Amino acid sequence: MTRYIVKRILYAFVVIWAVATLVFFMLRIVPGDPIGAMLAEVDPTVAEAVRAKLGLDRPMYIQYLFWMRNILQGDFGNSIYGSRVPVSQIILEAIPRTLSLATLAFVISFSLALVAGVISAVKKYSALDHSLTFAAFLGISMPDFWLGILLIIIFSVNLQWLPAIGYEPLSKGFWPWFSHLILPALAAGLPFSAVITRITRSAMLEVLQADYIKVARAKGLRERGVIARHAIQNALIPIVTVMGIALALLISGAVVVENVFAIKGLGRVLIQGILNRDFPVVQGAILIVSVIFVFTNLAVDILYTVIDPRIRYEE
Amino acid sequence: MASHPNTAAGIEQIPIFEAEVGVPKRQRRWLRALWRDKKAVTGLIILLLMIMAAIFAPLITPHDPSDMAYGFLEAPSLSHPFGTDDLGRDLFARIIYGARISLMVGLTTVSIALIAGVLMGLVAGYYGGWVDNLIMRYIDLQWAFPNFIIAVYLVAVFGAGLSNVIVAVTLAFLDDFARITRGMVLSIREQEFIVAARSIGVKDQRLLLRHILPNAMAPVIVLATVTVSYAILAEAGLSFLGLGVKPTTPTWGLILSDARTFFSRAWWLALFPGLAIMLTVLSLNFFGDALRDILDVKEYK
Repeated sequence: MTRYIVKRILYAFVVIWAVATLVFFMLRIVPGDPIGAMLAEVDPTVAEAVRAKLGLDRPMYIQYLFWMRNILQGDFGNSIYGSRVPVSQIILEAIPRTLSLATLAFVISFSLALVAGVISAVKKYSALDHSLTFAAFLGISMPDFWLGILLIIIFSVNLQWLPAIGYEPLSKGFWPWFSHLILPALAAGLPFSAVITRITRSAMLEVLQADYIKVARAKGLRERGVIARHAIQNALIPIVTVMGIALALLISGAVVVENVFAIKGLGRVLIQGILNRDFPVVQGAILIVSVIFVFTNLAVDILYTVIDPRIRYEE
Repeated sequence: MASHPNTAAGIEQIPIFEAEVGVPKRQRRWLRALWRDKKAVTGLIILLLMIMAAIFAPLITPHDPSDMAYGFLEAPSLSHPFGTDDLGRDLFARIIYGARISLMVGLTTVSIALIAGVLMGLVAGYYGGWVDNLIMRYIDLQWAFPNFIIAVYLVAVFGAGLSNVIVAVTLAFLDDFARITRGMVLSIREQEFIVAARSIGVKDQRLLLRHILPNAMAPVIVLATVTVSYAILAEAGLSFLGLGVKPTTPTWGLILSDARTFFSRAWWLALFPGLAIMLTVLSLNFFGDALRDILDVKEYK
């Protein structure tokens, strides 16, 4: 198993290297370079000088090697706008915001989904089960940014319970942090929650048919003990297998929802970068989003081998 | 089905070889099952209504979606059932016309992604070797991003606009079709009827298209249904973020993007376009879920 895990980790790095390479070349195969866009009105000699300074006049492979060396040192270049802030600084400020949002969204939606899924399975075909199933369908079908807008209209504009936009770091206290993040977390976590609810329900239904559940009941365990001790633990395995797909929804959700709630996390940095055609920022942000995604998926894979010792990876 | 041996139609339906005449039995059975499924029928009805509304938009609403002829931000009324927007345009008309963009993007992107992805999966799974390796590495690379983020990135590279959105969304979902088809081909390839067909000298192309492909289709059909809903959500999301179609085009995502400025004054701007997206996506999910049960496809795999 250790060999499998080491292999997976190495492979994750190869994928990230490939992503970095792709990101580098994608922006260079399209016509028009960023400096041209930036200095369109300035006289051409200045543009040449800037190109030379940034190394854009050198052959492509030299540029590529420089780009690789730089990103390995954590240098993503500078924003081409305003005071030309280093991209790494922008990203370092954004990461805690996105991680806060994603973590809170994960905790809330995962716990809600587990409870809803288990109840649905235990009370199979009851009115409660039907309403939870319907709610899960709504959850997959509702655009996250729309839910964000509705939550703002209800809780910020009308009830005035929670702030509509912005972010406060956890260091300023739990409540300021939590009150700014709870609405975006609900919006970003919704589709994730819906997927996990559905899979929990079907996994629990399957587990509850198993012989060891009958045995547990036959030996006189209380129903609550059977569900909590025997059923849920075994249902977790299929839940973890869909986690990768569900996490993709959660991370895209965070990227979009940050733009609704004006939280300057990675998603907002990415979208603002695209709208400003600020290429160094776009490259840096997309690369970090991918790194986060690849490593959460890796963690899911490893978790999978840990919770299910029956799984052996031979290849 | 009653047969009428004297009519031409009846003669055509006399089975010579079950599988080659009329609708095969198996197919008829799942069509009937689909018709009995409440979720499938509900989804199909909503979807058909949406498609009809999109096609016959000018007959449904007398208003032009870009006509700035009415009061600004008027609340819903009899003459403007969904109210008007900040430029005095009829919101109902904008949403009906918006269905055209949404459905067009959803159906076009998934059709192209399906054809290209299935072909890639067939070739990769059947021939193996370096082709398979190449296609698998491509799939792995896409696996490094959530689908929506791929679409966002491609729009960043190609620029905004309707055709670029279609290209970006198509590419974002292409790998899913390739992966699922490849997996099916790998499991079908070794089965006896394929070995038998090959042993009597059936050629590769015929083997792939007539024997392997039909047996690999069930999960692809389910995936396609669900992907149309994801593609519609992706287009709405891109438009909402300002990365989609031209700002003057009526699309659901753009209307929602505008609605943000008028939170406290015009709830209808935020409510109706979102409802339109949700209903469309919900109907696709209902239909897809029913298909998944009937075709007996494993969930999320």
